Amino acid sequence: MNVFLMYRERDLDPKPKLPANEAALMQDLELNALFEAMAQEDKFLFGVAKQAVLSSLDNPDAIRYRQEILKDCLKNPAIVRQIYQIPLQSIQNKQKHWMGVFSRYPGAILSGAVEMLEMFVGLLKELKGIADEHAGEFESEGFQRFFAMIKQELGDEYFAVVENHLKELKFRNGVLLSAELGKGNEGTNYLLRKPNSKDPHWMNRVFSKKSPVYSFTIPSRDDHGARALGELRDRGINLVANAVAQSADHIDSFLNTLRLELAFYIGCLNLSEQLAGLGEPIAFPLPVASHERKHSFAGLYDVCLALTMKQKVVGNMVDADGKDLVIITGANQGGKSTFLRSIGLAQLMMQCGMFVAADSFSANVCGGLFTHYKREEDTSMKSGKLDEELGRMSIIVANIASDCLVLFNESFAATNEREGSEIARQIVNALLEKQIKIFFVTHQYEFAHSYFDQKMKKAIFLRAERQLDGARTYKLIPGEPLQTSYGEDLYHKIFGTNQ
Amino acid sequence: MTFHSILTDSEDIQKEMAEQPTFFTDLNLDQVINAITAKKQEYNLKPFFYTPLRDSATIRCRQEVMQDLEDETLMAHIKTFAEKMVLVRRYLGLIEKLDFDTHKKGWYLEAVLLYCDAVSGLTNDLSATQVKSRGFLGLREYVGHYAHSHGFKTLAAEVHKVKAGLAGVKYSVILRTGRLSVRRDEGETDYSVEVEKTFEKFKQGTVKDYRVALYEGSGMNHIEAKILEFVARLYPEPFAALDRFFTQHSHFVDETLRVFDREIQFYVAYLEYIADLKYKGLTFCYPEVGESREVFVSEAFDLALASSLLFSQTPVICNDFALHNPERILIVTGPNQGGKTTFARTFGQLHYLASLGCLVPGRQARLFLFDQIFTHFEREEDIRNLSGKLQDDLTRIHAIIDRATSDSILIMNEIFSSTSLKDAVFLSREIMTRVMKLDLLCVWVTFIDEMASMSEKTVSMVSTVVPENPAERTFKIIRKPADGLAYALSLAEKHRLTYEHIKERIQP
Repeated sequence: MNVFLMYRERDLDPKPKLPANEAALMQDLELNALFEAMAQEDKFLFGVAKQAVLSSLDNPDAIRYRQEILKDCLKNPAIVRQIYQIPLQSIQNKQKHWMGVFSRYPGAILSGAVEMLEMFVGLLKELKGIADEHAGEFESEGFQRFFAMIKQELGDEYFAVVENHLKELKFRNGVLLSAELGKGNEGTNYLLRKPNSKDPHWMNRVFSKKSPVYSFTIPSRDDHGARALGELRDRGINLVANAVAQSADHIDSFLNTLRLELAFYIGCLNLSEQLAGLGEPIAFPLPVASHERKHSFAGLYDVCLALTMKQKVVGNMVDADGKDLVIITGANQGGKSTFLRSIGLAQLMMQCGMFVAADSFSANVCGGLFTHYKREEDTSMKSGKLDEELGRMSIIVANIASDCLVLFNESFAATNEREGSEIARQIVNALLEKQIKIFFVTHQYEFAHSYFDQKMKKAIFLRAERQLDGARTYKLIPGEPLQTSYGEDLYHKIFGTNQ
Repeated sequence: MTFHSILTDSEDIQKEMAEQPTFFTDLNLDQVINAITAKKQEYNLKPFFYTPLRDSATIRCRQEVMQDLEDETLMAHIKTFAEKMVLVRRYLGLIEKLDFDTHKKGWYLEAVLLYCDAVSGLTNDLSATQVKSRGFLGLREYVGHYAHSHGFKTLAAEVHKVKAGLAGVKYSVILRTGRLSVRRDEGETDYSVEVEKTFEKFKQGTVKDYRVALYEGSGMNHIEAKILEFVARLYPEPFAALDRFFTQHSHFVDETLRVFDREIQFYVAYLEYIADLKYKGLTFCYPEVGESREVFVSEAFDLALASSLLFSQTPVICNDFALHNPERILIVTGPNQGGKTTFARTFGQLHYLASLGCLVPGRQARLFLFDQIFTHFEREEDIRNLSGKLQDDLTRIHAIIDRATSDSILIMNEIFSSTSLKDAVFLSREIMTRVMKLDLLCVWVTFIDEMASMSEKTVSMVSTVVPENPAERTFKIIRKPADGLAYALSLAEKHRLTYEHIKERIQP
């Protein structure tokens, strides 16, 4: 039995390997705000949200599989939350009654496992009830398969078989073992034997005439002896206990997977409710294959900014279809960073199967999202600032491949403009040749304008708008990079570079 | 001449060093030695590997033994002997911890059985195998004499007789709450199999294995002892024979064989470790080890790296080097990730392994019998102590220069790479002058090209790229003048972020 609500053909990995640049993405895209909105103070939801959002899918079909399931969830939030309660109930039961297979002793393993199985049977019957009643209200492939599986696998017969076996395993009449003398005269080859007699009182009659029988009654105060007797019994029932405990584990892991996979959709439900409260739109994005070049959207806003400010924020409309390089220049505090963040967020949200924060959005999926932001401070003092930036860039290069997406925010500006531009140009040219898509926010006129002069077909130039009176609209418009030096003096002052 | 040690034929046995030499981690020799000794913990072999020899006669003596042991037949014989001796020790150790008499005697019997088997086996095997080394010839004579002694022959005959009696005993145990019964076995059917079958349908993926590893032989509680007592009553004769044996044979392991059993593992462990590499096509050789500073090797490689690549498709790249008087110092420059550090490690590893009397990675070699090895490798940067890093570096180097002699070997790897270029050049020159004055053998990996041509003592070695495709590293380190790079984009160069670098680094 498999949940398969996150992938068509496999379970969600409970401990996935997050991308190596997890920390940078968290910091640069302010992802905490997103995960907190999804988690609503539930640590488990936070963890799953983070895991799902950072482990991007790179196949549009796999993305659509989740989108369909999420649409079902948005349509039937109450039922989905009801199903989510079942694994939670299992956890509560286990905690409340100290249930579980904790022991190192087969006897205790067996009784612990039997207790767990009895509890699971109750919960699985409940799940079956929901499936019987509501399966028809779900349209997605994922949910339809899930409900069909529940109905098929969890029939009444199945439950009867389980209960019958549990009863047989109490060994009320004692245990018969055979053994030999092994190395060191120790009993070995202990085997659980089936008595030759079917008489329930066989034990009284085993003392047959064939062999003398020596018996020993353990004195009532001899705890050690009683324990030793238990150990022998354990040796005999070891294999049986294993089989039962593994069965309990299978069902437990099914419920855990159900919790894990539904947690993502519960997080999405939470987020959609938050955004609806702010009056912000959401849209299911159209993902296209990674080798295509598509990036067009309307009303794309920075969802983390909206969540943090608790208000509607400015959205942008851009058509960058067919482009590999998007260079963003213009006024300080003009919304460039916010825009860049909204690009990154939308990409991650799209590639985990979520809706995005926009009126509409379509982009090619990317093999990996990388951010290279100017860091406010260089706390390490390990090297010069440019050195530090290049160090981070080198790590990106070590992990990047074709059809990835890189967001640069004022990178390589920690040196004079000529050198910085040259370094940036070499890096960007090489990345472009490797079919890597780039969004680059920069103040470096020489760098930005060199691409404009080349009239590259694959490049598009956006400018943060500043009105004549200096007021900012936070909207980006297409336009030629302007030679401005709003920040230049500041750079040289802060970074102490020579001019 | 009486046989006493397979590690040396000299009377004065070298003191075993307990501590790992300081340069081990830099040369990745810690990985090598840990891997070699990992499965041989009980022999405590590390001290052998931590103790380099200072005389070439003993080195040759060991080379001979290792050469004999390269014969697969002899190796198999020695391993068989060793495996049995391991168990003998384990059983005897176990007895110390046991409480019940019949139980202790049972394990003692097992130990003697195995010991007799081990000795007879070794005697027969050695007499049927050709050996040439002084070490193995001595051993063969010794063990042959021992196995034919009267004492050993009596021991072997009696132990087998007693065991046969006990092995025939079969019985049943019936357990109820607070009560147990024992009788002879009556052949009932296996119940576990039936129950397991009925639960098979629950299986879906892999889950935890709940079969408890019920450690057998960890001791016997009084209930098991009670059962054994009942069993002894059901079958009295075999147990009486056991008692008699125990009284008559209280000691049995020969001291010289005990020492041999440990020492031979030095060779076994090393040969086992390199066996997979040889199978992969890599070559090892017995180097000439002596006073000549005109060292050379062909087709050498880094043993630690080669082991880590064992299961990968990546080929192991071999390199050569040679020094001709008055040359002493190999300066290694060239593109990063080109195998420079590996080359430096190889140089150190080869010399060290040769000083142990081992085969070394390479086709042919002449190596120097050093007094000490010193290494200075860039340390992991400690964020809490960055300002002091250069100072730490210089302190360490100063200590090395102070202690090194002209018989020492020095390996420097990318020092001063985090200082400014100007400082790095200045400091490197100063230290180079001192190193040249010492006249010791040195490998120096650096990004400063002008170091390569400082004097007639220095030899320039360069990590190379494929000429048609500068992107591709060959990992070959070749004797040629340093290339020299413009400083314009040196930082980007350092991080391998130039246009060319990035294009080669990103795989499509």
